[in-house]
Amino acid sequence: MKEIIVWAEQRNGRLAEVSREIITKAVDLAENLEGTVSAICIGDNCTLLGKELISYGADRIFLVEDSRLVLYQSNVYSRVVADILFERQPDIVLVGGTSIGMDIAPRVAARLRTGLTAHCVDLYIEPIDGKDQLIQVIPGWGGAMMVKIVCPEHRPQMATIRPGVMEKGQPDSSRKGEIIPVIPDFSEDDFGAKTLELVEEESNKGSFEDTDIIISGGFGLYSSGGFALIEELADALHGEVAGTRPAFDHDWIAEDRLIGQSGKNVRPKLFVSIGASGAMHYTTGFMKSKIIVAIDKNPSAPIFDIADIGIVGDLNQIVPCIIEELEKQNNQD
Amino acid sequence: MSLRIVVSIKQVPDPEHFDKISLDPHTGSITRTGVPLVTNPLDRHALEEALIIKEQHGGLVYAITMGPPQARKVIEDAFAMGVDKGAILCDQLFAGADTFATARILSAGIRSLGDYDLILCGNDTVDGATGQVPAQLAEFLGVPHVTHVRKIDVLDEKSAAVERSIEGGYLKIEVQFPAVISVLKNINRYRLPTVMGIVEAAGKEIVELDASTCREFGIGNEEMGMKGSPTKVAEVFQSTVKRKVYMIEGEPEDVARKLVRNLRERQSI
Repeated sequence: MKEIIVWAEQRNGRLAEVSREIITKAVDLAENLEGTVSAICIGDNCTLLGKELISYGADRIFLVEDSRLVLYQSNVYSRVVADILFERQPDIVLVGGTSIGMDIAPRVAARLRTGLTAHCVDLYIEPIDGKDQLIQVIPGWGGAMMVKIVCPEHRPQMATIRPGVMEKGQPDSSRKGEIIPVIPDFSEDDFGAKTLELVEEESNKGSFEDTDIIISGGFGLYSSGGFALIEELADALHGEVAGTRPAFDHDWIAEDRLIGQSGKNVRPKLFVSIGASGAMHYTTGFMKSKIIVAIDKNPSAPIFDIADIGIVGDLNQIVPCIIEELEKQNNQD
Repeated sequence: MSLRIVVSIKQVPDPEHFDKISLDPHTGSITRTGVPLVTNPLDRHALEEALIIKEQHGGLVYAITMGPPQARKVIEDAFAMGVDKGAILCDQLFAGADTFATARILSAGIRSLGDYDLILCGNDTVDGATGQVPAQLAEFLGVPHVTHVRKIDVLDEKSAAVERSIEGGYLKIEVQFPAVISVLKNINRYRLPTVMGIVEAAGKEIVELDASTCREFGIGNEEMGMKGSPTKVAEVFQSTVKRKVYMIEGEPEDVARKLVRNLRERQSI
């Protein structure tokens, strides 16, 4: 029977949210393959995490517990995961695209001599030449193009999926699954890169990914000399500031506010995009927002194809008017 | 102390001109007509970090790239920043390589240059943006890797203390040489080429490596380029994700009023 294995990331004894999302996706794929879902969880004292993964649909948990593996250790983690995969020979392996996931997945794929597709936005099974293949959809360059990647001759088929791209299912605490303890095989020599400490930094961003309103700016803000307008509008709307890659390259936003293929995926109630033409590698990051408002000077910009409300014009004139209008109405409230 | 540092760099389309890049729906190939080619921005930070380490601890900085003949330009630009030596891996057989095949080819190229203590890369490139090559390169070389690095303190000839960014914080990691480290933008501000550097660069020779280099290190022709890539492009298609847009027109004041009213009606604000 075919097996799909998810690497479930934990930090400070808690599951990364993306792990729940990809378990849900794995369950969906397993139904198509008539296969089972397993998860690998590495840490110390993580039986509860195993139970949680089962409640989200995992049939089997490989639990690797060791006091030296509380923090992410790139060499040992990748070796332990690769060893389990060697033995299980799964059909598919999914890894959450956190900064740690993006570190372990490529090393494991190289070790297993198989392919890996980064930042998938859709995954499904399709038979090609009589063999079930995992279709891995990624946004292509520029324009509104998508690319289907397959890994036809190597197994497992491996993919990373960014947080927020897949939707997590409902947990069911009555679900049953098997928890299999795995004794990892490693020595002190395997810590060529040794993680000594996790330092949490004070962050004023709150939970950016969970925020209801996001105001995002692009290169069009060059005409207004920077991001001040975006910040003012965000204040007036009680929203958070984000931006495109050119905005990041101009240091108008921090890296953790970069939206799109090489940044964050968000799905707020309201996403306002200002001064960005709407290249696919940007729009893919907020496509699932409830309402999308686009403001750009170019009436044929692709951003208007994916927006609910569009405004064509000079952002330097329009945005101040919106701020004024909001303040007027706020004062009336 | 003297450290041998290899910096792996890549020529990419200038991110400032991304809007001119399109995919040909029939061939599935990328059209980049009129888009200038530059050194991948994060790779410049990797070059800068190598030069800083050399200035502080002594040593030699080698830049290596894989690409078509015109990719020589990124090595010339690295020379102009002050890099000592450079090499290009260039062969028809390399075309169409995914990250797996690329990392494997690079590992052979780097081995052919002799011993090294540290390999630096940009954390990801602006074109593929997978960030997969550094860890895969380390696997093929059989050395430790650290990605997402924002600070490097070389401790001695054998190790460095690094800060590795994660969501909402960082990891303190001690890494033993030789190792692969990939760096983020905030690690440094990179220097611009000097006139002296450009003049000196013109006199420097670029080592040319090809498929025969890879074969020397046990990589067969069928393991290079598209043939040696486990992942394949199955199809390129037009995205059908479209919404029905309601365009608000008029003078800025009217537009603003209508927008705010509309958003209130939808209970978005």
